[in-house]
Formats: sequence, C-alpha cells, structure tokens
Amino acid sequence: MSLVIEDPRVVEFDVQTDEMLVNMGPQHPSTHGVLRLLLRTDGEIVHECTPHIGYLHRCAEKIGENLSPPQYIPYTDRMDYLAAMNMNLGFALAIEKMIGMNVPDKAVHLRVLIAELSRISSHLVGMGAYGLDLGTFSPFLYAFREREIILDFFEEACGARLTCSYLTIGGATHDLPEEIEIPDGLASLTGKKPGERYPFLDVLEMFLQWLEPRIWEYHTLLTRNAIFIKRTAGLGILSREMAISYGCTGPVLRGSGVDFDLRRDGEKIYTRMYEGYEYEIPVAPFAEAPREVIVGDNWCRFYVRMMEVVQSIRLVRQAVPKYKAAAGTYREGFKMNTKLPRDEVYLETECPRGQMGFYIVGNGEGNPLRLRAKSSCFCNLSVSDRICEGVPLADIPAIVGSLDIVMGEIDR
Amino acid sequence: MNIDQIHSLLLERFGETVVGTEPKRAMDPWIQVDQESLVAVCRFLHDDSRLLFDHLNDLCGVDYLEPDAKKLAKFGHEPHIEVVYHLTSMTHRIQLKLKVCVPRWKDGVQGQLPVVPSVSSVWGIANWHEREAYDLVGIDFSGHPNLRRILCPEDWSGHALRKDYEFPLEYHGVRGR
Repeated sequence: MSLVIEDPRVVEFDVQTDEMLVNMGPQHPSTHGVLRLLLRTDGEIVHECTPHIGYLHRCAEKIGENLSPPQYIPYTDRMDYLAAMNMNLGFALAIEKMIGMNVPDKAVHLRVLIAELSRISSHLVGMGAYGLDLGTFSPFLYAFREREIILDFFEEACGARLTCSYLTIGGATHDLPEEIEIPDGLASLTGKKPGERYPFLDVLEMFLQWLEPRIWEYHTLLTRNAIFIKRTAGLGILSREMAISYGCTGPVLRGSGVDFDLRRDGEKIYTRMYEGYEYEIPVAPFAEAPREVIVGDNWCRFYVRMMEVVQSIRLVRQAVPKYKAAAGTYREGFKMNTKLPRDEVYLETECPRGQMGFYIVGNGEGNPLRLRAKSSCFCNLSVSDRICEGVPLADIPAIVGSLDIVMGEIDR
Repeated sequence: MNIDQIHSLLLERFGETVVGTEPKRAMDPWIQVDQESLVAVCRFLHDDSRLLFDHLNDLCGVDYLEPDAKKLAKFGHEPHIEVVYHLTSMTHRIQLKLKVCVPRWKDGVQGQLPVVPSVSSVWGIANWHEREAYDLVGIDFSGHPNLRRILCPEDWSGHALRKDYEFPLEYHGVRGR
C-alpha cells in the first residue's frame, strides 16, 4: 500500500523543530583537543554556544610557585605544545627582564631563528588541521610532511621534538650543531642521499628553498579553493571593536584589521631581538582576497597565518648570517640559586597563536611568589560564543577551527 | 603619555582617596585604585580620548600570605589579596597597570570571599578572566553576569592559588594524594 500525500506542504508544516541541547566534544575530533561546546540549537541553527573548558587543567601556575625559574621551563613547553619554543622564549625573557640580564648577540639571533622556525611549524599545523575541520585531508598530509623536517631540526639542536625546553634563561641550552645528517624527509624530497652529513645552516637553507614555493601550492589547495572560500568567507565575522574588547591577539586580531604585533610594538627587551630584521606584518584587508571575503571572517584569520609563514621564512633567512657573524656565546650563565628580587614584571611576547604573557612576582627567594601565565588562546576562545550565534551547526567547526586553539594553553 | 601624566589625569578627575597621591614605583610602576570607584576609573580609562585603554591584557589575583611560620619574618607583606589589571591602548600604544587591594577574607570571616566590583561591563574579556580569578584565587566579583568556576569542576571546593589551600584527599572516589 502506498502512502499518498495529497498536499506536500502539509507535511512541511507538520515538522516541529524543538530547541535541543547538543554537546559537541570533549572527544569531538574537530574541537582541537578536549573542548566541550554546549550548543543550544533550533533545528540547524545554533542560538547559543557555551564553551566548557578545564579538562586539561593542571594548575601550572601553582606548580610555578614551588619551582625555581629554570625548573619551570619544561612546564611552559606543555602549555602550547605546538609552539613550545615560543613559550620557552616568553618565560625566559620575563625572568631576564626581572633580574636585568643581558643576552649575548649570538643567543639573540639563535633565538630569532628557532622561534621563527617554531612559528612556521605551528602555522603549518594550524593550516593542516583547519583543512581537516573543513573536510579536506590532503593539506594536512602536506603540512605534516614539512613540519616533520622542522621537528628533525629541533631534534638535532636539542634532542627533543615537541617539548623542547631549548630556549632557556640567558640563551639556549646548547649551541646549534655544526654538522648534521640530512633529515630523511628532506633527503627524499630534494634527491640527496639519505645519511649524508652537511653543515646545519646549509641544510636549513636547503629546506627553506624547498618550502618557499610550496606555500603557493597550499594557496591553490586551500586559499583559492572554491569550496574552502564558501565555507570560510563571510562567516564568523569578528569586528575590530569586538576583537579588541575580548582581548583577542595574534592572527585573530590582525585578521580583524588591527595592525598590532608585539615583535614591532612590544616591550624593548622583546623588540630588541628583531631590530635590524626586515619583515612585514600581514593585516586584513587583503587586496588579493576573493570578492566574498569580509574583514574579520574565517578566511582572513587563515590567510594572516599563511602570510606569516612567508614572513617567518624571511626572518629565518636573515637570522642565519647574523647568527654566523654574531659575537659572544649561545648562553649567558644563570645560577640555579639566583634569588628573584622583590619586584614584579609582566611581559608579553608574540607567540604563533597570540600574545602570551607571564606575570611574575618575586619575593627575595628562588621561587616566585606568584607566577601567572596569561594564555592567548583563552582570550581568543572567549569570543566564540559571540561569533557562533545564529550560524548553522555545520559551521561551528569552521569558526572554532579558524581561531586555532590549543587546549593545553587554555587550561594550563 | 607616561604613568605620571596618567596618574595626574586620574587625580584631577577622582581625587586622592581613589588613586592615591602618586603611582607606586617598581620595575613596572602601577596605580593603586580604591575598589569602590574601580568601575568608574576603568570606564574613564577606556573612554577618555587621551587614554583609550581598550585592551585588557590580563587580570589576575595574587595572594600575599606566608603559611610557613619560620619564613614569616622575611616575608615582608601584610596578608592581603591584590587584583592586578594590565591595560594597553591600541590607539596610543601605551600600557598601564592597576591594582586593587582587598583583605583575604571579607570582614575577616574565614570562608567569606572578598568582594571586588566586576569590570566585565568595560572589557568583554574581563568576564572570563574574572571567572578564572574567582575559581583559582577566590575573589567575588560583584556585578559579574555569570560568576561560575571555569577551569575546575563546578563542585570543586577551595581555591587552588590561595597560599593556604590544601589539596583535597578525595574527589568523587578518586584519591588525591
């Protein structure tokens, strides 16, 4: 017996859309770690999006009160584990500012080189994972192929790949190696024989030469992809005022059209590192953007990251001769029993995901009285409930993914 | 504009009882604000065209207490809690640090959280930062729209960044120590 619908419109009027609470996460693959979004949906439309965080909370700030600064460096790795070097650098600079330590020139250029390499690897993951969020798998594989080589460099420099603890108070734990075995990934990509040894900085240049043209390939894969533009352009618009009021920093802020980068506008102790370097700070709007793009949308945030990779390549290139020519050693000694003065400092540095700040209160003892880690992703995520209002459920991963969050840093 | 000029602007507008006679000297000097007028001062800092502090970098609480009696002589602070505000003006590229001092417990009664007015009406991000300060340091922000714990579970007891905090022995059947 077949069912005959006399008037098909009646069926449509019959459909009731109740308000429904949907838990997205904490095990959802596209929420970048253990983030739980509580969505109040009406049919397909999200009316309210409440982020619930804290699943990775280990109170790193309390741990910091019971450790001396060099002992705390490994804990900073585990905050933003995708850009551990930048975290190390931020904390080391804060302590140096506090005790008034001067870092030798050689260490400064080494730090710029390593920090910018780390920024490249972090943005590559950001790009790859964002592609995954939107349902395309191949950019992720390309991104990880490149990142693998950078991690090989880190491994040669300090022995660790992810939680490096390399940049430390006074400089770095080791000097860069003289000569290394060419990373397997790079050998197969450039046609060199695996296992051959080259000077470290030559291999680095070999890698950059190979990486630079690849950036334009990613643009054809994602940035100019019609589906990608449909999913990102004009969506998740974060206005300039809202971005500033909600404390957004880094690519999220610059994607909303605010020209602010701590490498140029930060405190002296940090900007001193980048003196004499030439680089641009990509800020929305972009002349080359597709027609559908609005300043502050997902596409702008993504594009700022991609353009920063190009600038970081430039910075690494400039750091190499400066490092070779610089005087001094790679490290100024820091005595383990150094007492922190009865004073307090706050220093923010430009990490790949935004401005990471450390606020340290000393009290004449080796351990700080209070160690506050201000997380950039924490602030960037706080805006999600505003920009996720009234969008279809399927766009939530696209919007949250464009903020490029790392839960280790948010929960600390 | 340096901190002395900002301070004299505030002094002119709010008077000595609110912002003190001069900024406190330190590596990063700060202005101590009376908690009663905090929201008005912040609103002024945010709106005045000479200042325009539109970006709240950080808000955190600091607990000054030395639980160890042996180290008390060297500690050098009266027990109290400070709430620290780091501000930036994106327009004028200047920075400012504000502080509010409150007793560790309201009216000296153990367990009564000290009250500080919320600035979440001035900066959007203060909402989350204040929830974190409530969660970890134990400060009651009056006028906050949604003062719940943010990092710890809702049924957690105590505030972890207090110096006299004791880690719970057991939480929902999970052994703590």
